[in-house]
Amino acid sequence: MQIKDLFSKKKYATIPSERPKRDIPEGLMNKCSKCGTIQYSKELDKNLKVCSSCGHHYRLSAWERIGMTLDDGRLYEYDAEMESVDPLEFPGYKGKLEQQRQKNPNLRDAVVTGEGAINGLPVVVAVMSFDFFSGSMGSVVGEKITRAIEAAHEKKLPMLIFSTSGGARMQESILSLMQMAKTSAALSKFQGAGGLFISVFTDPTMGGVSASFASLGDYNLAEPGALVGFAGRIVIEQTIRQKLPDNFQTAEFNMQHGQLDLVVHRKDMKTTIGKLLDMHTVREGLSHGG
Amino acid sequence: MAAEQMLPFEKPISDLREKIATLKTLAESNGMDFSEEIARLEEKCKQMEEELYNELSPAQKMHIARLHQRPTSLDFIHAVFTDFMELHGDRLFADDLAIVGGLAKLNGLPVTVIGHQRGKDTKDNIARFFGSPHPEGFRKALRLMQQANKFNRPIITLIDTKGAYPGNTAEERGQSEAIARNLREMAGFGVPIICIVIGEGGSGGALALGVGNRVLMLENAIYSAISPNGAASILWKDATKADIAAEAMKITAKDLLEFEVIEDIIEEPQGGAHKDLAFTAERLKEKLWKHLAELLPMTSEQLIEDRYNKFRKIGEFRMAEAASKEIPEEVAEEPGAEASEMTESAKV
Ligand SMILES: [Zn+2]
Repeated sequence: MQIKDLFSKKKYATIPSERPKRDIPEGLMNKCSKCGTIQYSKELDKNLKVCSSCGHHYRLSAWERIGMTLDDGRLYEYDAEMESVDPLEFPGYKGKLEQQRQKNPNLRDAVVTGEGAINGLPVVVAVMSFDFFSGSMGSVVGEKITRAIEAAHEKKLPMLIFSTSGGARMQESILSLMQMAKTSAALSKFQGAGGLFISVFTDPTMGGVSASFASLGDYNLAEPGALVGFAGRIVIEQTIRQKLPDNFQTAEFNMQHGQLDLVVHRKDMKTTIGKLLDMHTVREGLSHGG
Repeated sequence: MAAEQMLPFEKPISDLREKIATLKTLAESNGMDFSEEIARLEEKCKQMEEELYNELSPAQKMHIARLHQRPTSLDFIHAVFTDFMELHGDRLFADDLAIVGGLAKLNGLPVTVIGHQRGKDTKDNIARFFGSPHPEGFRKALRLMQQANKFNRPIITLIDTKGAYPGNTAEERGQSEAIARNLREMAGFGVPIICIVIGEGGSGGALALGVGNRVLMLENAIYSAISPNGAASILWKDATKADIAAEAMKITAKDLLEFEVIEDIIEEPQGGAHKDLAFTAERLKEKLWKHLAELLPMTSEQLIEDRYNKFRKIGEFRMAEAASKEIPEEVAEEPGAEASEMTESAKV
């Protein structure tokens, strides 16, 4: 039996196709932060939020990404109601969380997880959103990603993660740090059992997310121009007392230094992931050895 | 003693000690009897020390953990283990001196021991990048751990770093990947792993040696996702407010024991480990052996599962009220039996 057949029997809640639109700021025009070109929002959306003039990839919210990536923009969401608490009683954290939730009515924290399909092939996905608390990883991000990996393991499905993050959620200090170990340990089990993990770096992916699950893909992809690294540019410039080149830590820079498999334009992202998934689909009568 | 670094909060005590010394000199040179006064002051001094050192604030502990003369990984390796044989290099690029590691015996049992290594003086510190590893350091550690796993040796790591080295060459060689790989690989080793934070446990650079069945901390050691200085500069645009950040960030051994991030605390002598290395090393060895003895009878599978469960349960969150959730129409119309089933399975 093909995975595809299994998948088509499942019932899916149609969710997010209407959601992304709510995330788009009011106004008809957008100005490219890279080249300054002003474009109609409608045109920009049609172009998958890539600047038609310079190719700059605008940052996407989790739901926009899901809408562009999954078949019919459909996601069966996991753990939608999970939200952050304030375990350290860190000054100002509760208020900041409330503020972030109000700013992002479609998000409870910086990651959305669930199941969907790409070109008919089922996949478990985790999509991070930089809009929420700079995509920082606290207990909720770590837990949701770990659960998603465990679900992929249990259901023998591939795992796909789109990362974007400023790093650790400082307000959860040590608990935030430990999410790096938790998610990586889940990948150890999943990948150790033969599970396929495709990791996509989007702009920006730094610190604790870059230094844990995001770097552990069997295939590590990135969007053009995405900033990917461990330490931030300012800290590094202070340490080495030198100016860094403009392209430092970009996806292209990282690929040149052997840290990435592929830089993929947004318009080709779904096709590329679909191809990878297809390459890992065992077909009856074609598998060798047995 | 003269070269010993004194911390500002220790000044009242050191002033008093100086006063006592002056009195003693006076008594000697003048032949006068100050013995009663000296005894009184010495008693007072002892009392002050007890009051101070038993109630150290997180910021004060942070300053003790960062003392230049605090024992380093190599100090503990030589004091706790025998037959240490240092091994070098990652076989890929270089030998990063910010990490030391090799073979040693603990109570006669061969183990692999690895630690971050700060320098003893400026020159040594420059050679060792102040204990902040490049990717080649993490990869050297990984190589030694893989070797330990192959030959069924327990792994002991000593954590003492401000963090991974923040430099362009480190980024170019894959700092993120090197740390991430260590986290994943450490999770999968079938030998006992015990990690001990001996000084400062800073960020991913610390955690890259920190995925153990047991994580222990010295009494005055600290461990955090970002240094209190870094947090202060982000939160208040002022790195000098590190002391305030240290209080808020819950970085002490006591805090981390409460969060079940660590399993045990290793006692230090009054004032800190630097006051008595032999004493601290003895306490460390006792606790290390106690925990190792619990792990040694376990099978590889049990050790991996034990380590997985340790980290799996870390994190605090809640499920929001279903009522407050915005339910899209389509879901409300057709929840689907399979869908709810999947929700349950995803929540295990
Ligand atoms: Zn542009």
